Amino acid sequence: MKVRFLSAGDRALVIEFGDRVDRGLSERVLRLDAIIRADPPAGIVETVPTFRSLTVYYDPLLTSRAELQQAIGSLLGHADNRRNAARLWHVPVCYEGEFAPDLAEVARLTKLTPGEVVVLHSGTRFHVYMLGFLPGFPYMGDLPAQLELPRRADPRLRVPAGSISIATSLTAIYPYESPGGWHLIGATPIRMFDPERPEPALFAPGDAVSFQPIDAAAFASIRQTVDDGGYLVESALVKR
Amino acid sequence: MTPGLKVLASGLCTTVQDLGRFGYQNIGVPVSGALDGFGLRLANALAGNPQETAALEILISGPTLEIAADTVRVALTGAGASLGIRGEKPRSVSAGQSLALRRGEVVQIVLGRQSACGYLAVEGGIAVPRVLGSASTYVRAAFGGLNGRALQRGDLVPLAAERASERSELRAPALASALPDQPVRVVLGPQHKYFRKESLAALLDTEFRVSRDADRMGMRLVGPPLHHKRGWDIVSDAIATGSIQVPGSGQPIVLLADHQTTGGYPKIATVISADLPALGRCRPGDPLRFAAVEVEMAEEISREAKREFANLAATLEPVPNENGLDIGSLYGENLISGVTAGFE
Repeated sequence: MKVRFLSAGDRALVIEFGDRVDRGLSERVLRLDAIIRADPPAGIVETVPTFRSLTVYYDPLLTSRAELQQAIGSLLGHADNRRNAARLWHVPVCYEGEFAPDLAEVARLTKLTPGEVVVLHSGTRFHVYMLGFLPGFPYMGDLPAQLELPRRADPRLRVPAGSISIATSLTAIYPYESPGGWHLIGATPIRMFDPERPEPALFAPGDAVSFQPIDAAAFASIRQTVDDGGYLVESALVKR
Repeated sequence: MTPGLKVLASGLCTTVQDLGRFGYQNIGVPVSGALDGFGLRLANALAGNPQETAALEILISGPTLEIAADTVRVALTGAGASLGIRGEKPRSVSAGQSLALRRGEVVQIVLGRQSACGYLAVEGGIAVPRVLGSASTYVRAAFGGLNGRALQRGDLVPLAAERASERSELRAPALASALPDQPVRVVLGPQHKYFRKESLAALLDTEFRVSRDADRMGMRLVGPPLHHKRGWDIVSDAIATGSIQVPGSGQPIVLLADHQTTGGYPKIATVISADLPALGRCRPGDPLRFAAVEVEMAEEISREAKREFANLAATLEPVPNENGLDIGSLYGENLISGVTAGFE
């Protein structure tokens, strides 16, 4: 699909690469984001990478859509530039009991056992496509095909903070209590977002994530360490 | 003791807001900030502050505040709004001018029917910590402003200045009202091609109404349903403030300051930045019409709005005092010394 430039009002230019959830497309979005962030054309306020596009917010007092389209168009040629190294995060998750209210139903709908669902979910290395919906809310994929389900017909008014959820080809973590329609198959005791941290969101778009099953006792113990401010989520740098 | 405003009654939704929190949308943090940025800037200009200073945003019904500082200079904006002052000298002062208040006076803020929101700026500003570069309150994630939430009875809104400076009061020529005489201007897209031709025409030819389903995140409009050509469930992309998204029901939602940063509904058009303040002033039940402009035009209108505001800020006029004297100019000419402006 050809790259398209679309206006979202007089302060946002959308550079659209496609209209699907797709790793190759995501790489192109993230690469352009990295190139722009490394040396932003004048007048750019901020950039937001998503599944399908990069949105560039700008100040029309300092630049214009026409100028930006030209500047960014010339950057699109640097397609072989590699983006920066990302992190691989190891996230502890309790897939048991009250932490996993939809696990049994997910197992029934997918014709798997709950244990198989956990093995498939915790055995996959996910890609963080984008953050959105809530501060620090990561959209991650792709789920093994056996776990793909539509959203719940009946969304919950209150999904607890820390819930690990799945829907369509994606998995996510709710950083805050909120309404939500995804299936809840576990929970993590770690804090996904804290505006007081130097990097407020734990994950960045382009990071990799894997989930490590823990039991309820480990959940309680990690939660205590998190509350005391002493928990470091295990992570490693990975080259792209 | 910290100078402040003691909250005797909170009003419907009174929050600390500045011009917004920029640079964190990529990690899911909304811009937030004033719904009516024009009203905030004007209140600050009247109070003698830089335009981006944080102030109290007041929605629909206003708070009652007790002055807990020696003297405080405030300025209220919002068409039809007023301050009812109880104390030794009870009085009512209409919005659009600055005034000095003294310790113990109680101010009840009343908004008019012409605007859903008003701004109370305080000379020197509100002394709340900046979170991610902004004092704006984002209630959903409980950060910014005063403890990340709307004001509650018993709160003390901390102020940066212990007393008002000695200068004359200022007033603005006129306040903009909610209902724009002209249609709200939009740039079509980014997903207008997802809609049927007749629905695009309906957006621009029909009168919509603001529903009761309206808050700082967005306002649902009532009007003819807008029909998608293909599905209404798209792969998520970013949402700009002013985006008009259309979910499966066909009833459009205009996204405002606290909107989420990304979303999966097609966006038929985006309100131009210069018209966002008027939109923010709309109340449930208000009629709205839309007109399309090209992006180049929208950018030029934005530049023009900036120039117009600068002109307005430069032409604020002194308020004559009760005796017809301009106290500020007296100070300026050094005719009187040691007198503070009418509140000693």
